[in-house]
This record gives sequence, C-alpha cells and structure tokens, in this order.
Amino acid sequence: MPTQTKYALPLGAATREAFGKALVELGRTNPNIVALDADLSKSTYTAGFAKEFPDRFIECGIAEANMIAIGAGLASAGKIPFAASFSVFAMNKGFEQLRVTVAYPSVNLKVVGTHSGISIGEDGPSQMSVEDLSLACSLPGFTVISPADEIAMIELVKLAAAHVGPVFIRAGRPKVARVYEAGRTFKIGESIELLEGSDVTLMATGLLVAESIRAAEALEAEGISAGVIDFHTIKPLDREAIARAARETGAIVVSEEHLVDGGLGVRVAQVVAEMHPVPMEFVGIQNTYAESATPEQLLDKYGLLARDVAAAARRVVQRKR
Amino acid sequence: MQKTSDVAQLAAITKRMRRTVIEMITEAGSGHPGGSLSAAEIVTTLFFDVLRHDPDNPQWPDRDRFILSKGHCCPILYAVMAECGYCPKDKLMTLRKLGSIYQGHPDVRFLPSLEASTGSLGLGLSLGIGMSLAARLNKGKPGGKSRSYVVLGDGEIQEGQIWEAAMAAAFLHVDNLVAIVDYNQIQLDGFVKDIMSLEPLADKWRGFGWHVIEAYGHDIAALQNAFGEASSMQGKPTCILAHTIKGKGVSFMENNPKFHGTAPTREECAKALQELA
Repeated sequence: MPTQTKYALPLGAATREAFGKALVELGRTNPNIVALDADLSKSTYTAGFAKEFPDRFIECGIAEANMIAIGAGLASAGKIPFAASFSVFAMNKGFEQLRVTVAYPSVNLKVVGTHSGISIGEDGPSQMSVEDLSLACSLPGFTVISPADEIAMIELVKLAAAHVGPVFIRAGRPKVARVYEAGRTFKIGESIELLEGSDVTLMATGLLVAESIRAAEALEAEGISAGVIDFHTIKPLDREAIARAARETGAIVVSEEHLVDGGLGVRVAQVVAEMHPVPMEFVGIQNTYAESATPEQLLDKYGLLARDVAAAARRVVQRKR
Repeated sequence: MQKTSDVAQLAAITKRMRRTVIEMITEAGSGHPGGSLSAAEIVTTLFFDVLRHDPDNPQWPDRDRFILSKGHCCPILYAVMAECGYCPKDKLMTLRKLGSIYQGHPDVRFLPSLEASTGSLGLGLSLGIGMSLAARLNKGKPGGKSRSYVVLGDGEIQEGQIWEAAMAAAFLHVDNLVAIVDYNQIQLDGFVKDIMSLEPLADKWRGFGWHVIEAYGHDIAALQNAFGEASSMQGKPTCILAHTIKGKGVSFMENNPKFHGTAPTREECAKALQELA
C-alpha cells in the first residue's frame, strides 16, 4: 500500500545476511534445497546452511565456473540448488556456464551474487559487480531479482525457490536501510509503489530504493511531488507499472548501483519508448570502474545518493515543461 | 530395446551405428565424423550393455546419466539413442536441418531424453558431478542408484574447467562418476601433441586423485572390463583413458585431421559404406 507518512528507514541487516537466513529456513522445510559455495561461505552467509545441513552443502573451492555447472547438474537431477559467491565472480567467471548449462536448457538453478555494486567498498573494482544485472538479464529465461532490504530479500529468496526456472538474486555487502515492514508480501515480476507522486516517478532497485525515498522527501519540500517504485524484479519487468507511471507523472528517473549501460534504466527506457515516451534521467555508474574507499565515500563520489536522485528529478521535471 | 553383453552382437551394432553416422553427416553436409567414429564402441557398449536405463521410461529417477561432453560428436549418440528407441530412426537424416530434433550439438529442448545440452567444450564433467551428487543425496530413495558417465574429447580436456571438475570429483569422493576420454590424438587444428600436449595424461588424472584405467577404445571386451572395474570402485571417481583412432572404421578418415569436422562427399560416403558393409 502506498503511504504518505515519512519513512523512518532504520538501518537493517545486509541483504546477503538476509539471504543466508532465508536459505536456512528453506532448508528446514524443503529437503531438495542444496547450497554451493566457492570458498566464500562466511561472506555470502551460506555458512549457516552449511552448518545445519552439511550433507546438502557443497564446497566447490575457488572454482566458480565448476560450481555453476555442478549446480546445473544437481538441478537437472531434481534438486533446487542455490549457488552463491561474490556476484562479480559468479556472473563473470560463471557466465559461459550460466549460458550453456543453465539458461539454454532452462534448469532450475538459483544463483546468488553477493557484494554487488560499489558498496563493497575498500576491496576495489576487481571485486565490484557493476555488470551483473546486464549479464543476468541477457540470459533468455532468467528471472533477475534485486531486493532493496532484508525483508524483501527473505521473501524473494523463498519465492525464487518456489519458482521453477533459473533465477539470479543480487545481494549487497553493507547493512542497508529497511524499506519494508515485516509481513510485507511480494510477487516476482510485480513492482511495489512505495510513494505516490504526480510530477515524476523515481524508479529504483537495491540500495537506491531507500535513496529514492529520501530524494522524494527532499523534493516534496520544494513542491515537487515524486512517486517511488521499487523494482525488486528486473526481469521479467513490470511493464504495466512503467507505462502507468509514464502516463500519470510524465517523467521518470531510474536509479541503480550498476553501470548505466545494460541495467534497470535502459530496460525501463525500452518499455517507456514502446508504451508511452516521456523524458527520463538515469542515475548509475557512468562508463567507469570505481576505486577503493568506504562505501559512503564511493556512493558520494560516483553519484548514487538521494542528492543525485533528486538532482536528476529536477532535471527531468524541467524537461517536461 | 534388447540389451546384450555379447561382444559379437555389440560389434555388429557398432558397425551399423558407424554406417548411420556416415549417412547422417553426408546428408547434413556438415558435421564431425572423426570423433563420432572414434567413440562408436564406447557409446554403443554403454547404451547396449552398461547403462541402467529404460527408453520407455526416460525420466526414470534411477537411470544412469550419459553426458556427451564433446557434443560435436552427437551423430553417434543420436544413432545409438534412436537404435535404443528413445527417438525416431526415420528422422536421423534430418540432422542439422531446420526443426530437426537432431540439432548440430545436443539440445535438450529438442530431444528431452538427452541428459544435457552440450557443445561448448569443458562443461560436461561438472554436470556429471552434479548429477552424481544428486544421486548420493538421494541414497536409499528414488534416484539414489544412478551413476554418471561423461565422454570427454582429448582436445576438450585442454579446457581449464575439466581440471576444476577433476579436482572437485576426487575431493568430494564422487565414486558414482566415470569419465571416458576418447583419446583419438586429433583435434581440429591437427594432432593433439602438436596443439597442446596432454601427456603424461594418466599421471595427470592419477595426480588429481582419480582411479585410472587404460583401454583400447575399440576393444569392446576391454571396455566392458573397464566399466565393470569402474562400478566397483569405492571412494574415487574413475577415468577410462580410451585409446582410439580418429575416424575408426573408414580407411581414408582414420588418423586424418581433415575428418575432424568435414562431412564426406557423396563419393566418399559410398566408399565408406562399402568399407563398413
């Protein structure tokens, strides 16, 4: 339900931690759930599952390509495997395996990429997954999920397990603001309107959902009415919600912690172009790799804060006139 | 289908399969005859003697899994699967044609009784590990008896993922997994020893923790013994190094790198079929 009350946005758990929690819960109810990891189980939070279900945890060592294809074999034989690693390794080192052994035969593997985006921080660009949404969305038949907070992650991991077909789930390293209340229900492929607005719609995924809410509140003070929509599912994309927002507010900003090339923004733009063309602005990483620093410093330097979303909103509202 | 352990019967089936392979690839006008012919005894012996499977019940959970990791050699697999009754024999000559279930490389979307879509080299051994691990998790339940057999090309094992998988299979004690290397010494650009030598190959697999059996890959009795030994192996995966001849059975294709990936002409086809009569 849309709400016009001020969002508290209290700091919650990291989405990777929420994934680990959901995986253990799934393991307790479904004996077909299997987890694979590539020597990062303490970081991806599959360690909890490994501890409780050692027989159903497969340590693959530092060999992500092999991990993905082993997962595909398990899925082909009827298991529901969750293969986890840093997103940059699962998607880049495992991409050909995701293509040929997972997407092409459409097997029921769930890939969980943690430490996505630049908010991994000090480890720097070799560990920063800024192409993963683009890569995952390019795979025919894949469902691509990017939860904004711990509540969304837990529910969407459970929905991913119930969904038959390949799924990529994007998780982050740092603790993030809680956008949702416990008990919130989700549906794969159905975006969630968090704030109603009439001048512009702020669409976002992951970390940028909370930033977009903060931006909307700042814009409200300036007399700009901004709606906010969480696209926790990037593929399949909620085309109806996009068309409605374009019709009703006439301007769209899309924000994501990902390269602008190939991310949520360009996918939304395609729908807008097809269904109801309106001015758009894009907040994301612009054709570059980041660097080592604290997550906060990086989000500031690379322009992924509420301030940047609000600035884009002002520009796009100007373009309407 | 009628399974048999009789070597003479298996040899007769193998010869027929070779003829079918030659006809299919000639009709298609493209394809990979050399590696289909080198793997003919391996695939025939597996499907007609060794594998637990039932063409009338292709989804049987306890079936053994066969993965042709060197997917370009699918004509021999299609010929054998059709002979078993998995798929129509009268469509074999549609290989590589629009709409055919017999795609240029194995594709489960078109032929669901295949265990895996392959064609990009180096992926099949990992898939076999996954299927064998699923069987281990199902122990005592439906699906718990299944074993996996993965046929690898020799050139294929230049791919790094094969060695990731080799390490993992031994470390995880996947003893219901058998890799068969079709060691025919030839890859697309020439002889394996000149492109990227694999030797000492048996030592490599042993070094990775596998039980290794070397056999002449055109000796059906030797292959039967090797598969028997592999199924009694406890705690370790088995690699059968099958020493084979690329293009085996057709004089002008044998040991000829040209026939790795070139279809025979109509004349060559006729000559080959005479030799395989």
